[in-house]
Amino acid sequence: MSAAKGYFGKPMKRVEDPRLIKGIATYVDDITLPGMLHAAVLRSPYAHARINNIKADAAKASPGVVGVFTGADVNDKCGLVPCASPMPDSKIPKHTVLASDRVYFVGHPVAVVVAVDRYAARDALDFVEVDYDPLPVVSDPEKALEKDSPLTHPEFRTNVAFTWSVANGGLDAAFKRAHRVIKQRMIHQRLTPMAIEPRGCVASWHAGEGTLTLYTSTQIPHLVRTLLPGMISVPENRIRIVAPEVGGAFGSKLNLYAEEALCSHLAQRLGAPVKWIESRRENAAATIHGRDQIGEYEVAVKKDGTLLAIKSKTLADIGAYCQLNTPAIPTLTGLMLTGCYKCKAMRMDVVGVYTHKMATDAYRGAGRPEATYVIERLMDIIADELKLDPVKVRLKNFPKPTEFPFDTLTGLTYDSGNYQGALKKAQQISNWNKLTKQRDAARKSGKLFGIGLSTYVEICALGPSKMMSAGGWEWGCVRIEMSGKVTVITGATPHGQGQETSFAQIAADKLGVPIEDIVVMRGDTAVAHYGRDTYGSRATVIGGAAILMCIDKIIAKARKLAAHLLDTKEKSVEFRDGKFSAKGKPKKALTWKQLAPEAYVAKNIPQNWEPGLEASSFFEPPNCTYPFGTHIVAVEVDRDTGEVKIVKYVTVDDCGHQVNPLLVEGQLQGGIAHSIGQALFERTVYDENGQLLTGEFMDYAMPRAKDIPEYLMDSTVTPSPSNPMGIKGVGEAGTIGATPAIANAVMDALSPLGIRHLDLPLTPEKIWRAIAPVKVK
Amino acid sequence: MIPAAFDYLRPATLDEAIALLELHGADAKVLAGGHSLVPVMKLRLAQPKTVIDISSVADLSYVREQGDKIAIGAMTTHYDIEASPLLRDTCPLLTELAPQIGDAQVRNRGTIGGSLVHADPAADWPAAILALDADLEIAGSNGRRAVKATEFFVGMMETVVQSSEILCEIRVPTTARSVAYVKFAQRASGFAIAGVAVVVDGANKTVSVGVTGVAARPYRALAVESVLRGKVLNRDAIDQAAGIAAEGVEPLDDIHASAAFRAHLVQVNTRRALEVAVSRG
Repeated sequence: MSAAKGYFGKPMKRVEDPRLIKGIATYVDDITLPGMLHAAVLRSPYAHARINNIKADAAKASPGVVGVFTGADVNDKCGLVPCASPMPDSKIPKHTVLASDRVYFVGHPVAVVVAVDRYAARDALDFVEVDYDPLPVVSDPEKALEKDSPLTHPEFRTNVAFTWSVANGGLDAAFKRAHRVIKQRMIHQRLTPMAIEPRGCVASWHAGEGTLTLYTSTQIPHLVRTLLPGMISVPENRIRIVAPEVGGAFGSKLNLYAEEALCSHLAQRLGAPVKWIESRRENAAATIHGRDQIGEYEVAVKKDGTLLAIKSKTLADIGAYCQLNTPAIPTLTGLMLTGCYKCKAMRMDVVGVYTHKMATDAYRGAGRPEATYVIERLMDIIADELKLDPVKVRLKNFPKPTEFPFDTLTGLTYDSGNYQGALKKAQQISNWNKLTKQRDAARKSGKLFGIGLSTYVEICALGPSKMMSAGGWEWGCVRIEMSGKVTVITGATPHGQGQETSFAQIAADKLGVPIEDIVVMRGDTAVAHYGRDTYGSRATVIGGAAILMCIDKIIAKARKLAAHLLDTKEKSVEFRDGKFSAKGKPKKALTWKQLAPEAYVAKNIPQNWEPGLEASSFFEPPNCTYPFGTHIVAVEVDRDTGEVKIVKYVTVDDCGHQVNPLLVEGQLQGGIAHSIGQALFERTVYDENGQLLTGEFMDYAMPRAKDIPEYLMDSTVTPSPSNPMGIKGVGEAGTIGATPAIANAVMDALSPLGIRHLDLPLTPEKIWRAIAPVKVK
Repeated sequence: MIPAAFDYLRPATLDEAIALLELHGADAKVLAGGHSLVPVMKLRLAQPKTVIDISSVADLSYVREQGDKIAIGAMTTHYDIEASPLLRDTCPLLTELAPQIGDAQVRNRGTIGGSLVHADPAADWPAAILALDADLEIAGSNGRRAVKATEFFVGMMETVVQSSEILCEIRVPTTARSVAYVKFAQRASGFAIAGVAVVVDGANKTVSVGVTGVAARPYRALAVESVLRGKVLNRDAIDQAAGIAAEGVEPLDDIHASAAFRAHLVQVNTRRALEVAVSRG
């Protein structure tokens, strides 16, 4: 598809935005059903404790309370919270919806109060008396592997949850051949996704029909519909899941959580709809966290900077439970560890470790930011060690544009790429030579000024079904209504990414209709019957292709109808700009508005022609997509306070053709904002007793408008061969590319002081301690 | 994040408010702008039985000249201070500090009196109030009393205001332009990790320095003031003085800044605030 014609490729404002900006969109908490009850969850204040006894009498007697339920009341009626991606040697603890006889992290659900309003429910929580015996806690993953460490789940006799390895090439030979071997330990701190809308759900049981409707703030209504029958005794075809407007997710709502099953169960049990809305504190403590790996990395290089091999031993602190994709996240780190570079050998060994903390799982980038951070930091460290230019080291190791599709050591095939092109363009935009002169001048005047870059590649549009536990296809449906208006239904469940706009652009061009005639529906399994939802930057690529397939089918079908109505042969019907005409007779053309009523009233249709103009399709992608790009960052570090100021931010990203450049820019900007947080101040802190110290916005530092620099953004276009539009995902590229660029810039600023590496976040105090250790009393 | 149940009272006069406080004793809390009290109530860290909302009490929100001082009603919002032409001309330290508090929503609702009585050790106002040597007028059933800023703060979240009293007015002197407030903010909350307010009195060759965020209660950096008394405020003098800004102080230590970093930052910001103030002199 051409990138310049019609709607495709045009920067268009989102059709979603007016309702969001006006405050007239419907989120879960806006849903009120007749007779609805309200649930509040009592959570453990301890990271590890035995529950001796729970007294709920006073809570039950509290005004407005309908019921109080503990693990003993519900766990035998609800299945376990699922993990969809166990490793072969995984030890998976029984993850009941409410704690049984022990609690394993602060925030662990212990009991639930259901009351006539949310105030009564919350008040009654204070009257539930739980007799806890605190037990030894382990919150540090390295200590968790020590011999005499407290055990997270004592029945396993170890804190090792799983192990996983990826290796290829002659590692020993490569290290032997190396001129230099460089080691670096890096910590990828734990992060809290902090979507502005916490989780929440409303479960409604229809006793007469024996059906359940669950409104839930989720990225994955279809996967929830598939998985929920394993937890409650309602089959899939009697469950409807609705994801209304979702106020941010970033991976944190790519899960089936205990509370969703609990409310579904209670709605059946109590014969009334049950609403539960998570508080911010609960969200920080009991919605999945991200990252949290510690790695020992080693690279073998030749003295000219050629990368020979990389190996890593990584601990992944996964917290107390395996949520849906917990074990899979570090494997994505392994698959992408070699980044956008050629390499002779690699090995990564991951040990997943249980600790008394909230589970980790997919958070924006999900395992790939760790990989890019490692390899891009290592590129700078190699350059530093060998006294080479970091740009030249990268150029030395890039595959050539002619080497694509490029097979990696980890078994992936990068679909298309021109890493040199993006780097060159970013250098031009950043005015590279002037920027380096600015750095020299700043340093001469005593300032700490640094330039950093990252040349990233990432894996997204996940993916071929063979890679994905529940399939990697996407479903779509397109219907030309009798009026000629067009309904596009996607199973991809966009929740803020803008596909109501971009899918309309795609469909409008392909059908030759005005975009205003199209509506895009999503998020309700009663409307979007099947789907694999949104995560891993997949929706536009895979969901968009499914829509194209539908339209191809409709056009083929409509061609037959048009031939009949135009009294000509099917192969002589031409379709152009939304009109069907007989070859050579363009004036006597039929529009969709003319064809559609004929298709539905069906009085004058070809023999054996099925009425209607609707088609659905599943698109199975042959490969993932691999967007890439270069970020260049300049920073100044305040020598006195250690504060980092970003003075220049340049990014050139390549996600193939762009359906809507405005959406691409928005996704990248948001992603970079996430990285600014991760690089400079965000971190989830548990103390040695497993107490969460960053449980609200007073203590967990999110990036704000004033922290965001001006971005100079541009792109290159290297189409993907993996889908008919030549597009690539872009939802996580910003986060994946930006973090190492910011870190490299700060490290470059500190390099004149002999500082090679500091772990993220690069807080003022951490930098100050590195700069002026003598001043620490 | 739902507070425990409470009774809500909204008196129309100060006398009525004080009478209600006497009646309900320690179980009652005064609600001013709500930006300190409501969050702790939502977390149920505070569970007052009665909340006495003084937002309808007449004449507690003003900025006016009173003799040689400027009087500020305790219910004056941070924004009203930020936007006061009178304060900009006569006491610019306050108009410089106010926009550094929280965000626009906080400044539109939060009040100077509420902030001072809450006595969060990282709040911004105490630094200025101390540096300006303000007088704080407190109303109770036995009438009014005025205390000096240096006597006002007792400890963390604790002031001399008794449970049946209400802070009603803050009086500050007029100053020259040679003032400054320099703050190192906690990333998440925006509160001060080290906030330093400085007033340089060129005529009398004295400086006064108020510090917030560093210790359990805000303090006057008396050692700095004494070293600089009568001195020419050149670079060396400022550097030397700033170096003792944490003298005799036990800095707070938490996940946002260690005691050592706080002790360091107060020196940096004392130097910077003095430099800025002198440059404005």
